Amino acid sequence: MDILSNLALGFGVALSPYTLFLAVCGCFLGTIIGALPGLGPSNGVAILIPITFTLGLDATSALVLMTSVYYGAMYGGRISSILLNIPGDEPALMTTLDGYPMAKQGRAGDALVLSGVASFVGAFLATIGLMLLAPSLARVAFLFGPAEYFALYLLAFCTLGGMASNNQAKSALAACIGLGIATIGVDSSSGLPRLTGGNLHLYDGVDFLVAIVGLFAIAEVFFFIESHGKGSAVGVKLDKVRIPWADIWETKWTMLRSSAVGFIAGILPGAGASLGSFMAYMTEKSIAGEKGGFGTGVPKGVAAPEAGNNAAAGGALVPMLTLGVPGSGTTAVLLALLMTLNITPGPTLFTDRPEVVWGLIASLLIANIVLLLMNVPMVKIFVKILMVPAWILLPGVTMVSFVGIYSLSGSYFDLLMMVGFGALGYILRKLDIPTVPVILGILLGGNMEDALRRAMTLSDGDVTYLFSSPIAIGLWVAAIAGFVAPMFLRNILKKPQAVTD
Amino acid sequence: MASDRIFGLVTLITAVAYLAAATQIQTNFFSGEFLPKLFPMLIGAVAAISSLFMVFKPDPEPDWPAAGSWISMGVAVIVLSIYAVLLKPLGFILPTIFAAGILSYQISPRAKPAMLAGIGLSLGLFVLFKFALGLGNIVAYRIPTPAKLWDAISILIPFVGH
Repeated sequence: MDILSNLALGFGVALSPYTLFLAVCGCFLGTIIGALPGLGPSNGVAILIPITFTLGLDATSALVLMTSVYYGAMYGGRISSILLNIPGDEPALMTTLDGYPMAKQGRAGDALVLSGVASFVGAFLATIGLMLLAPSLARVAFLFGPAEYFALYLLAFCTLGGMASNNQAKSALAACIGLGIATIGVDSSSGLPRLTGGNLHLYDGVDFLVAIVGLFAIAEVFFFIESHGKGSAVGVKLDKVRIPWADIWETKWTMLRSSAVGFIAGILPGAGASLGSFMAYMTEKSIAGEKGGFGTGVPKGVAAPEAGNNAAAGGALVPMLTLGVPGSGTTAVLLALLMTLNITPGPTLFTDRPEVVWGLIASLLIANIVLLLMNVPMVKIFVKILMVPAWILLPGVTMVSFVGIYSLSGSYFDLLMMVGFGALGYILRKLDIPTVPVILGILLGGNMEDALRRAMTLSDGDVTYLFSSPIAIGLWVAAIAGFVAPMFLRNILKKPQAVTD
Repeated sequence: MASDRIFGLVTLITAVAYLAAATQIQTNFFSGEFLPKLFPMLIGAVAAISSLFMVFKPDPEPDWPAAGSWISMGVAVIVLSIYAVLLKPLGFILPTIFAAGILSYQISPRAKPAMLAGIGLSLGLFVLFKFALGLGNIVAYRIPTPAKLWDAISILIPFVGH
């Protein structure tokens, strides 16, 4: 049993008292981050990466801490979805559809516990799926040459744009902004600066952390200035929290089905968690039919998107770890974390550094169990944290972001760029241009260009080399289909709008 | 409608400028003549096409905030930029009191709580960073000379700074 011995290795790494302590801290911190309105898994993890880096933790400890924060934030996101009707990030939108009506019926505690259990089931099954699937995909990934990798990156951008945005041109533009920023700096092969405009500060290129923190965290401040922090008051009361055994038992098949659907959606490179929770909710809605009462606050409507969302988050780790292609905004941030720790995801990660991969998987399992144990009894404490007013929270987040980015390089230029990215993020989001492709472009631009260059060098400039293998052709077809198909499916697969009071 | 067209036009001009810059990329014997330019030129071309789509097929207008909010956001950008350059010469505490206080005031315009938020956040985060996280060298308190202060501020003034 390869998997069991590998898992034993992983638990050996992740189960020391110190890492266990980090996992508990990370889960607690993550749940708070996820619960706070305006902070979600992506920006919460983003502002913590530079600080973790400066703390000087070793790779495994940092990884355990940050994955716990990541999973914790996924858990915590449902608290603000259910109680405030404010989704912390895009996948959580589906949870508001039934969670908020259920909370308004006076069953807020039930909804919170049920969604916590559903999150656990989804994340747990997805982690097991990850263990089974990732090593075999890693073996397939050895067949990938530069042409295949180029097509794969293209597929990620195409499907991400196709799914996440309402306008293909805008998502393509967003990807180009990111890729264009990635090309700035000293060229790897000639050693000469490219596209820097003569600015010495740009010779190093643009650090992806600066862009991530700017686009995700600083941009949020502008949204709060625009709205003057309104709409963050808890509208529903939370009474005594009990465990709703009947609801959990009733939704067991829903959770299992949604986990499977979410996991498969998560594996698709570029599709990610939003698609997972959407598909899971829609599947359950059509199975339940008209009488199911979806949208009015039924337990199944809470369990399905939460299980799907968390399963997709686990599924998204499969392409991220084996191919280095993240499937969503939050996995892109995790990829940024790995790259900061000098870990390069890809098929060789499984053979060269098994302790990192299996330590990560073991810490995911640990984080899951810690979160379930922490969330049910402590949900009231987390609800209290929601009361932190925006006028204290957002300035605080900004200052933490500044210190974090400043600690990376000690340069005012990075800070100014971060403010610039914040303003850009505000404009982009206002214009309905997705920001995740920008991040993905900055993260993957270098690799994508390297793949293209290697392909061109190998084939002596022959463009047809890019389509020379069955895998590459398959990826190209999938990329084009992923980009074009949503244009026609948009009318059929209309996203449900959030409930308004 | 109009915002999409304007933004599309801006990105179109940027894309063309980027393409022009891409043709000027320096190359040498190791990189070959064409490879450093290929990828930027592809990106520039796709960006230009996407921008054209935005100009000719714009989406409905988003709800932009009122003029007052624009001014607040402009002030926020300026405050954050000044904070960015003063963090080094002045250290963490003093600039943070002002920056956090002003941001807080802009989110919820009440002077006294905003002031308290600024002071509280500054001291609280200082203690957190220095004693809990051991980042004392980053949040240290400094007293600058006027010349250093001017050096920092002048960064933000076009054509004066460096």
